[in-house]
Formats: sequence, C-alpha cells, structure tokens
Amino acid sequence: MVPPLLSRPRETELVVVGASAGAVDALGELLPALPADARVPFVVVVHVPPSKPSLLVDLFSSKCALAVRQPFDKQPIEPGVWIAAPDYHLLVERDRTFAVSIDEPVNYSRPSIDVLFESAAVVYGRALAAVVLTGASRDGAAGARKVRAEGGLVLVQDPSEAEVDVMPRAAIEESTPELVAPLAQLAQALRDISRGRP
Amino acid sequence: MSGDARSSAFEIELRLLLEAIFLRFHYDFRSYSMASLRRRVTAALSALGCETVSALQEKILHQPETFTALLQYLTVQVSDMFRDPAFFLAFRQHVVPELATYPSPRVWIAGASSGEEVYTVAIILAEEGLLDRALLYATDINPDAIAKAKAGVYAEERIPTFAANHRAAGGKQPFERYYTSAYGHAAFDRKLRDRVVFADHSLATDSVFAEVQAVTCRNVLIYFDRTLQERAVGLFRDALSRRGFLGLGAMESLQLTKQSSAFEPFLPELKWYRRS
Repeated sequence: MVPPLLSRPRETELVVVGASAGAVDALGELLPALPADARVPFVVVVHVPPSKPSLLVDLFSSKCALAVRQPFDKQPIEPGVWIAAPDYHLLVERDRTFAVSIDEPVNYSRPSIDVLFESAAVVYGRALAAVVLTGASRDGAAGARKVRAEGGLVLVQDPSEAEVDVMPRAAIEESTPELVAPLAQLAQALRDISRGRP
Repeated sequence: MSGDARSSAFEIELRLLLEAIFLRFHYDFRSYSMASLRRRVTAALSALGCETVSALQEKILHQPETFTALLQYLTVQVSDMFRDPAFFLAFRQHVVPELATYPSPRVWIAGASSGEEVYTVAIILAEEGLLDRALLYATDINPDAIAKAKAGVYAEERIPTFAANHRAAGGKQPFERYYTSAYGHAAFDRKLRDRVVFADHSLATDSVFAEVQAVTCRNVLIYFDRTLQERAVGLFRDALSRRGFLGLGAMESLQLTKQSSAFEPFLPELKWYRRS
C-alpha cells in the first residue's frame, strides 16, 4: 500500500533522479518499472568517472520499456528516460530544453545532482518531482531543498535499504521529503506519477 | 512570497544586469544560456558580497572596477590540454594531413579561454611538422584569460592529466619537452606560441577577421542560446575556406542549427564537420 503522496492536487511534468554509489542496482529496479506509456520525462544524473564513456544508456536501454537516451545541448525534454553524459553538468532551460555546462564540479561531481535539481526546480516549480537514491556524497541534498522551496515533490530511498546511506540521509536532513521509502515503493510512486496520477 | 514569484524576480534582475553590462561595458551576455548564467551569477553574488542581483548591478555601475571580477564568473571555464583525446587524435590523423596541403594553413581557436586548447593544437602541429608554416588565431572575450593563454603557465599538478591525454591523443614526443617546471608551475615553451595570434574577439558582437582552414570551438556554444549559436556558427561558415574543418565539443552538434546545410559530417561522432 503506497501512502498518498500529496496533500494537494498537482500534475507532475518532470521527474529528476540522482544516484551515486550503488546507482546501477537501484536504477535497475526503478527504471524498468516505468511503463511504456509514461507521459513524464525522467532525467537521471549518476556520478560516473569523467574519462570513461558512459555505458549506462546501453545498459538500461535493453531493460526499459521507455526509450533511454543521453541528452545533447538544446534538445527538447520529451518523454522517456534521459541519462546525463559524463563530465558535463546537465541543466534545464525555461523553454524546457536541456542545457549542459563544463563549469567546475559541484560536490566533487560533474555531472552534479544539485545542478540538475536546482535548475529544474526553477523551471518546473510545483510540477517537478525529485528522487534521491543511494550514494556516498551529499550531492542532491541542496538540490532537494530547492525543489521543496519551489513547491516540488521530493522522494528519497529509505536509507536503511540503500547500498550507501549518506546521500539519502543528507537529502532527508536538508529537505523533509514527502516520501521516504524502499525502491519497490518508489517504483510504484513513479509509475503513478508517470501516468499523470496522483 | 511564493517560490515562483521569487524566481521571476531573480530572472528580471538577471536580465536587467545583462542589459546594464551591455550598455556600460559592451559585453553582450543577453543571448547566453540562462540556466548556466543563473548559477554563475549566484556564485558571483556571494563572492562579491552582494545580497541581490540588483545590488550587484548597482555595484558594477558605480564601481566599474568590480566588473573585471564579475567577468571571471561569467566567462572563464577551465579546460584540460587534449581534453577528449579521441577528438585530437582525429584532428592529428584526419584533419592535419589535409591542412598540410596548404602552404600556410590557418586555424582559429574560438573561445580559447586560458589557452589549454591553443597549446594542444600547437603541440600537434609541431609534432606533425606543420607548426612553422601554420598560423593560429586564439580568440576570447576575456582579457584576463587571453593574458593567461599568452603566458602559458599552468599549475604543475595538472601536468599528469595533460600528459596522459597527450599520449591518448597520439602524442609523438615525451610531454616533458614542452614545458619547464618551477615553483609548482609549468611554463610552456615559447616556441609553441610563436605562430599564435592572441586577440580579443566576441562571437556575439564581432565579425569574421580572417580566412581559415580549420576552426575549433569547443564547449563554448553550450553557453549560448540558439540565436547566438546560429550567429557563431554563421561566423565559422564565413571564415572557413571551402572544405575547411569545424570541430565542436562532445555535447555540441550542428543538428539543431539552420547552418547545418553549409556543413557536412566529417567524423560526426567525434564532432568534426566540414564546410561544404
């Protein structure tokens, strides 16, 4: 039984997801659970080493019902799963296109979860949902706070279940999320959100 | 005050700041990517001790010397030498042999910033025996960045990355021969910049200044909006000789520009295009 997420009606138009250490397994549970008819784009930042080409797109393409792509600069944000490229920050513009930058790493990371969350919060406001998963840094916590400040939803993986609990704990401390739950329950919540419910 | 109202106040102030910068200092950031500007200006606010963007605007208008400090936040990006080795390996193997057919090939490094890419191109041309008869134009809008590029001095701790990238990009000489170390810094060989013209040039407001056979402009267009991207790519189109080469950053593409018909893919997966 999934608890009701919302005290007020809203339509979520974008979901942003951040994950670090333990990301592959956690995303392997969440992303394949998304239905092929999801109307909401899912944008994912995973901390990956800058020098290696990211294999995540290939890895998840074969497992997901949705198209899994790496966004390039100025591309419109359409439904599907988007995974940030290594060594660039991924941001969202007012006209709902992607932007990228090579500005300094944030929280020692590029891409940084905070950078994505903060830029998306400004543009989508209440229509944004942010998900913080397993990880060993505090990246995502400031971003989750900004998402809440702009009226968006924050969902965090239950730290007791996370492979590394630092990142979910930091997000909980900073942002008082609407939902802290194990992956199975987050997956259900994202399925609901992706179909325009709640 | 709701989040939305606060955001739009910031955006209004940001637009006014960019207008003030244009009117007072003739730097045109009005067509830059707002998502990146927002982060950069937010960083500048705390560094320059301003509570709001309006306060920052007042400061730069009444204490113009502050603008130099702000400019560093608005423009500077640090790149590594031979960043994306595969791109420079392709330059060495596929572009340089074509450049070698010209008596005096010219290469424009647009948005050269603090010069890492200038030395990258110069080293490759030197190793391929082309530097002595080549001419490089290294342009940027930030005079401090150009001064750094001219000086060619970088923190020694960055050398291992540069050297590893150089090897991966097909480097033919030991990397140590290109610099001398002292006091934690590496000063690059002056001979590498004998054939470089450093100049103040804006892709937003200036026009074409020379005919060139290759342009590299990497991770610069990502900071522009689509209108300004069109303008910049238009300048490259006009500056390039027929069959000249254009190299972009890994996340950049001609796909969304109107000029795409002026170029054909050369090694598109490595972001090399060719003037048709």
